[in-house]
Amino acid sequence: MSALSTDLVKVLQRSELGWLLAILRDRGYTVVGPTIRDAAIVLDEIASVEDLPIGMTAEEGPGGYRLLPRSDDAVFGFGVGPSTAKRWLLPTSRILWRTRLIDGTLTVLPEVAEAKPVALFGIRACDLQAVDILDRVCAGGCYADSHYVAVRERLFTVAVDCADPPSTCFCTSMGGSPAAESGFDIRLTEIAGPPHRFLVDPGSEAGSAIVDALQAALASEEDLAARASQAGQASQRITKRLDCRGLREILERNAENRTWDEAATRCFACGSCTMVCPTCFCSTTKMSSSMLTGESECERQWDSCFSEQFSFIHGGSVRESTMSRYRQWVTHKLAAWHEQFGVSGCVGCGRCIAWCPAGIDITEVASTIRRSDVAAKRPTVGKEH
Amino acid sequence: MAHIAELPNVLNDSDPMIPRLMRVVKNRPETSNTFTLTLEDPDRIPFKFEPGQFNMVGIAGVGEVPVSVCGDPDSPMLVVHTIRAVGAITDALRRVVPGQFVMVRGPYGHGWPLREAEGHDVVIVCGGIGLAPMRPAVYRLLQARDRYGKCAMLYGTRTEKDILFKREFMRWRTRKDFRFELTLDRGRGVWRGNVGVVTDLISRLDVDAPNTIAMVCGYEMMMRFIVSSLIAQKLDPSRIFISMERNMKCGVGLCGHCQLRGTFVCRSGPVYRYSDIASLLPVREL
Ligand SMILES: Cc1cc2nc3c(=O)[nH]c(=O)nc-3n(C[C@H](O)[C@H](O)[C@H](O)COP(=O)(O)OP(=O)(O)OC[C@H]3O[C@@H](n4cnc5c(N)ncnc54)[C@H](O)[C@@H]3O)c2cc1C
Ligand code: SF4
Ligand code: SF4
Ligand code: FES
Repeated sequence: MSALSTDLVKVLQRSELGWLLAILRDRGYTVVGPTIRDAAIVLDEIASVEDLPIGMTAEEGPGGYRLLPRSDDAVFGFGVGPSTAKRWLLPTSRILWRTRLIDGTLTVLPEVAEAKPVALFGIRACDLQAVDILDRVCAGGCYADSHYVAVRERLFTVAVDCADPPSTCFCTSMGGSPAAESGFDIRLTEIAGPPHRFLVDPGSEAGSAIVDALQAALASEEDLAARASQAGQASQRITKRLDCRGLREILERNAENRTWDEAATRCFACGSCTMVCPTCFCSTTKMSSSMLTGESECERQWDSCFSEQFSFIHGGSVRESTMSRYRQWVTHKLAAWHEQFGVSGCVGCGRCIAWCPAGIDITEVASTIRRSDVAAKRPTVGKEH
Repeated sequence: MAHIAELPNVLNDSDPMIPRLMRVVKNRPETSNTFTLTLEDPDRIPFKFEPGQFNMVGIAGVGEVPVSVCGDPDSPMLVVHTIRAVGAITDALRRVVPGQFVMVRGPYGHGWPLREAEGHDVVIVCGGIGLAPMRPAVYRLLQARDRYGKCAMLYGTRTEKDILFKREFMRWRTRKDFRFELTLDRGRGVWRGNVGVVTDLISRLDVDAPNTIAMVCGYEMMMRFIVSSLIAQKLDPSRIFISMERNMKCGVGLCGHCQLRGTFVCRSGPVYRYSDIASLLPVREL
């Protein structure tokens, strides 16, 4: 169900999709959407509908991602690529502050990075869920990331229902669905037709204002029925599953499970999975200074729990082995996250499966651990909680 | 933005990642590699903290590291840190001179359970630099001595040269209401005191287990031995508190570096109730 009633759903013909983009640009938004760069569909600034990967798709599987032409000219006929909304909310690197000598006095100047209003055009339901999770991570504790809050408050989202999910997707296991149900400002549903058209459904006040400005026709009963049946078919196409029943407890008690060692023999500790993950939030800070001026700066950068320095304390790394780092990643995502933020850290987008050079599949690792659960073999299951 | 709406109003001027500059008042060597920095806010803003909390202390252009606050919580005009130089940043801190500025963010984290300990006996066990986070707790205990039962402190360090805060020890030793024991791993020459590991001292203590709260700080391995000895003295794991160390980049629950399973050491710790993390400590490389 969308946030507002269905009689506000409008319909745009394929040739009219550009209007929506134009209105957003007109209202001062930097429009960010899927576009092709270096043989992948990434998120980047787009100027017009022509920048979208029209008629393209991506085949995704464990350790593989390949762009392919489609047999039709669908505008959003692909799944998620390697980039995520976190690149805008939590930039890969950002200066936090600089020092200056002002009248001979050392002064710390906070670097207040400009928070441009950004419209994410064509964001998927799983990525919206990831933004909701990032809200808890970056702004839900006693200290908030002020830059995150500033960008987030100005963020506008145009969600797109997934009609044709790739084989790596498992959002339906993580409380989501291929169709966007909430959390968006506007929801788009592409209907191949004929006629090739888009249903436009506002999900917030800001979304309604934009949809009103479109002055588009009301969607018909038939349009709404097409949307519903498409959503049902898309859900059915998803076959990958992550069984979440008791998963948190299973992972918590299986730190010594041999499955971790097996996964680690394949894992390169490259950190690719953490980079493409829409919820991995870890960062480090680097300080540097200029010999010439004596002024210095502090930069925050993305970091990954797969790096050796990540857990370094005097005397060595806490997580020296690849096994312990792989275990940290999975256990954090699927178990510890619940304790920290009240939800799972996984939305089932499947990026970590497609972008893992070793083709390691988190859902398979989790199910192997479930099958070899140490406690399941004892008659005292469940006693410890 | 459901979660953002519930926030206390966090604005740029209270951005937790922006450090305050503090002027170095004193930099005094304690041992060959350990030194005590005394800092003050140039604007004379009092620095309030709870014993066991830490600051992120840094030098512009070099980096910042977590360091426990080591001064007297009742003297908020001075910020005191006792630091062992073990690497790039702590080495750079050792070289600062009075008048120079260092960067401070904090105080952060949860400290020692001094409230909970009221009305109980208190046993403090620490080793090496683990004394630093303990000292403010001792000041508090002695300052409100009548609120606590019997108080004992056991401190172990390597050699006589490594003993921190010697002058303070003299004072603590003379108090009849505070039992202070020191042991050295290796005692040579004129040393007449205890020799051996700090756990030996625990077995010699006469502990009223149901009425005692223990606070422990030192290396993780050492703390495990100390905790085992305390449990052997019948102390309940929920009455033992330990201070954990992890890599920290932000100190405020945002960078992810200090995770200990479902907790952030910077936020839930560094002081933990032992029973809360007892199942995690034996797991290697967690
Ligand atoms: C809660 C807590 C309280 C502590 N209290 C005390 C205390 O009271 N006294 C005490 O002596 N010690 C204390 N420590 C330990 C102290 O934080 C470490 O000894 C210190 O981090 C060592 O830093 P170093 O750079 O000198 O050593 P290194 O071993 O060189 O580095 C340690 C860490 O600093 C990082 N680092 C190094 N260089 C840079 C750089 N240029 N930019 C960014 N990061 C860098 C490394 O990645 C690593 O994470 C405490 C630790 C914790 C977690
Ligand atoms: S999985 Fe690793 S990189 Fe991702 S948020 Fe957790 S600790 Fe950070
Ligand atoms: S699981 Fe795959 S992507 Fe992640 S660090 Fe290991 S090899 Fe890299
Ligand atoms: S130090 Fe950054 S999360 Fe704890």
